Amino acid sequence: MNKRLRLGFIPLADAAALIVAVDKGFCADEGLDVELIREVSWSNVRDKLNIGLFDAAHLLAPVAIASSLGLGHVKVPIVAPFNLGLNGNAITVSPALNAALADAAGGDLAEPMRSARALAKVVAARKARGAEPLTFGMTFPYSTHNYQLRFWMAAAGVDPDEDVRLVVLPPPYMVDSLKNSHVDAFCVGAPWNSVAVDLGIGHILHFVSEILARAAEKVLAVRQPFADEHADAVAALVRAHGRASDFIETPENHPEVATILAAPERIGVAAEVIQRTLDGRLKVAPDGTVRASTRYLLVGRAGAARPDPVQAAWLYAQMVRWGQAPLSEDLLAAARAVFRPDIYDAVLGAPPPLPAGEPEDGIGAFAGPAFDATDIKAHLGVWDVRRR
Amino acid sequence: MDQGLKIVIVDESPIRAAILEDGLRMAGFTDVVRIDEMGNLLKRIYALDPDVILIDLENPSRDVLEQMFQVSRIVKRPIAMFVDQSDTASIQASVDAGVSAYIVGNLQKERIKSILDLCISRFNAFARLQDELERTRSALEDRKAIDRAKGILMKAKNLSEEDAYALMRKTAMNEKKKISEIAQSIITAAEMFK
Repeated sequence: MNKRLRLGFIPLADAAALIVAVDKGFCADEGLDVELIREVSWSNVRDKLNIGLFDAAHLLAPVAIASSLGLGHVKVPIVAPFNLGLNGNAITVSPALNAALADAAGGDLAEPMRSARALAKVVAARKARGAEPLTFGMTFPYSTHNYQLRFWMAAAGVDPDEDVRLVVLPPPYMVDSLKNSHVDAFCVGAPWNSVAVDLGIGHILHFVSEILARAAEKVLAVRQPFADEHADAVAALVRAHGRASDFIETPENHPEVATILAAPERIGVAAEVIQRTLDGRLKVAPDGTVRASTRYLLVGRAGAARPDPVQAAWLYAQMVRWGQAPLSEDLLAAARAVFRPDIYDAVLGAPPPLPAGEPEDGIGAFAGPAFDATDIKAHLGVWDVRRR
Repeated sequence: MDQGLKIVIVDESPIRAAILEDGLRMAGFTDVVRIDEMGNLLKRIYALDPDVILIDLENPSRDVLEQMFQVSRIVKRPIAMFVDQSDTASIQASVDAGVSAYIVGNLQKERIKSILDLCISRFNAFARLQDELERTRSALEDRKAIDRAKGILMKAKNLSEEDAYALMRKTAMNEKKKISEIAQSIITAAEMFK
């Protein structure tokens, strides 16, 4: 085939499949000559994909949906034939907020409902004494980070728009902002939580997998017209990414993958820090406490790479819940159609049913009833805290 | 031109921002503020309450500006990113030049277009300037390396200046390398034999 492609990415651990697909030569094996271009903002990735400067990109799953629905920006239909990762983010809090939360919870903060209730107490106490509201950093208005933070705190009655401040910060600025007390906490992908812990200025409060068992995080995104016109190239990309995710999910390969990702022109962070993410073993407190989870970042395990329209529906439901999108059956259908398991299956074969232990509703939220992807209204009806 | 517009330039490169500000002033926009510190960016912008925000695309803080589109208590006026969907050439030109414009309130398309066009030409001028500077700098460094290597050869092989240069040029041609690369190798080797 020998096709030249330009792929954009943001230096984050969940770009692993993309980077490994290129740097291990899996794309070349498919006859693809891929140039990887590191970007500094999601806005840039979105715009360059939109105008065709990128043929495909590592993209926030909610941005792929927002772009397809024309929310917040130009309407450009995007399709996601491969899911680059589930989960992978964490909520990190300052030592001061960590102490206040532990105090309010009477100790253990491991349960997200306990920590959320503790947050509600801290927020109320601050309000009572006229202190500034707490500020939480997240990466983009249309980001899983935004929705994960909101879902978590709102479950205990904290209104993310009224009771605290949510501010967008570029991932590389998160750690400095926590250090300078511009934010009290943040939700960001790897490796930035670990960087804050290593510096002794942050405690990882939750892996987001404790809030939602399965949340589509980043997708391989292509413009719909590109997918239609260059079906062969998209199939080749999906095949290369399938190989890459298998490679990444083989534990013996973690050191090699970490080294590939650590390169200065890729993520540019020490391989050891990246490997913690791949191993799902993170130092969560400056005192060296380690928390391990098999769910921290799923690149290809447990059906993670297959785009799931239920995930798209959940993300759309959050956009409606927080006033970013109106509720309509048409928009729901359009959001679901962004995720393309049909393309994935045609290339890689239909995967086996999800292994035992995976949530039946495909989401596995820590609070609320099971998610019904066909009934967003019912999902919204459960929550007191939402925009109306 | 409308002198009443307040324009904020968000750019960590002081030289480029100055070039842009200069251009805007020449076009009659006198109310121009530069921000080169990214901490608390939104707060600063809200305090300034500009009509137009210009930001370079190398700046990660572009994502911070995207938050202004969201429904929020703090945003007083509607904000949009300037994209004329019918005009892909101009979108392409602005991305190529590396600049993006955010519009606050309801400004006429034509007025914004003229500002954006000015940005694009100034950004491109800055990029050309940088290229030129880079080329001059590396040419100067090459020149120095070649002179040093020539001196080393003249001494070591007892050659005239002309012959030393000819030898380097011949070697460069044979090895399909630049003469400055050959010069650098000679210098490195000479350092090792010291």
